Amino acid sequence: MAYISRGFRGKRAKEREDARLPPGQYLVDGFPVLSAGPTPHTPLDEWTFSVDDEAATLKTWSWEQFRALPSEEIRVDISCVTKWTKLDTAWEGVAIDTLLEGVEHRATHLMAFSDGDYTTNLPVEDVLDGKAWVAFAYDGQPLEAEHGGPARLLVPHLYFWKSAKWVRGFRLMDHDEPGFWESYGYHIYGDPWREQRYAGD
Amino acid sequence: MARAAVRGRLNWTLGEVVELIDETPRVRSIVLDVPDWPGHRAGQHVDLRLTAEDGYQAQRSYSIASSPEDARLTITVEGLPDGEVSEYLVGELRRGDKLELRGPIGGFFVWEAVSGGPLLLVSGGSGIVPLMSMLRHREAADATIPTKLVSSSRSWDEVIYRDELERLAAAANGPEVIHTLTRSQPPGWTGYARRVDGAMLAEVAWAASSMPMTFVCGPTSFVESVAAALVLLGYPATSVKTERFGPTGG
Repeated sequence: MAYISRGFRGKRAKEREDARLPPGQYLVDGFPVLSAGPTPHTPLDEWTFSVDDEAATLKTWSWEQFRALPSEEIRVDISCVTKWTKLDTAWEGVAIDTLLEGVEHRATHLMAFSDGDYTTNLPVEDVLDGKAWVAFAYDGQPLEAEHGGPARLLVPHLYFWKSAKWVRGFRLMDHDEPGFWESYGYHIYGDPWREQRYAGD
Repeated sequence: MARAAVRGRLNWTLGEVVELIDETPRVRSIVLDVPDWPGHRAGQHVDLRLTAEDGYQAQRSYSIASSPEDARLTITVEGLPDGEVSEYLVGELRRGDKLELRGPIGGFFVWEAVSGGPLLLVSGGSGIVPLMSMLRHREAADATIPTKLVSSSRSWDEVIYRDELERLAAAANGPEVIHTLTRSQPPGWTGYARRVDGAMLAEVAWAASSMPMTFVCGPTSFVESVAAALVLLGYPATSVKTERFGPTGG
């Protein structure tokens, strides 16, 4: 039973939007920025994206090769564990399905890795079948560095820390293990609709 | 990478408001007695949950301002225009009210006296709150680790914890406190009067060669520019820990 906060009324979202708001979240119009350290700036001619397994690099793309892959426009709601939700964000990116095409593996999980030593773990089934992308454009413009450019992961059905900024590849694993924030007490999976913010939620 | 200790679920608990301190015209500290508080480390935050009579709820995160050594838990809140939670906390909340909270949360933006230094803290506006927890912890732990705080505020009246910062800075082995006032300055002000930039940090921050541990907290644009300037000054990116709050929020 929640404690009633004397004198608190709150500002509710419109009913129509309310249904799209996961529990404990509130709507924002802006695009807040959160990250653990300075924004890295990797020049495009040094940028690569790779798919590794525990032993070796299986595939790698230069920026040019990556941008030549088929891409999609994506319109999704995003929810940050710090409580904001932004509706109808517009992205362009390459589906993870495309990146894993022809890769033979028996991985159950993957660890995305980024510039700045950031990592985050995801079940493989959560990034397949059009559920996740490596995004390079936001609102029709190249993705800004502070929002994770040149490219970031986009996994909109999980809290947004799973959508790793400045992503440079992922490592396929036959087990789950915590990434960066997951090691600091955040939830191992992070479903906003089940309000899985912190370990044990 | 440090792994946090495995722990159970963070449960909601009740804290009673035992003191309210108006730090500036828009910023208020809320001192809570939280019987179940499991303890925290300097730099961590709590989630707070308000519930209206009809069951509507709103949650926000707030940085902890008190030191781990303090028996009472203090958060400091800036009232944001239209902020549904912060307006309530700054305007409506009274002594004796209770607040639902859970925490502590976050284990990365954390400093402990045993972590060493030298320590560089850079704050923009209410970004000083988690850094104040570090300074209070430093004092409570009798640490002598060389420490500098570069604090950016709009005006002298908007410097949060101003008197306490003066007291800390005047103490033997106290931190060095460097203020910059970006919008207005009192008569006779001889300190900095502009946004924190690379030239200012080159003058007042530790040399990169002394391998400082650095914590930067403030609005996004502030953190972006300060962190980038520190990297240009030779600070390893991994030594600069940042925490940002966006232009929107509660």
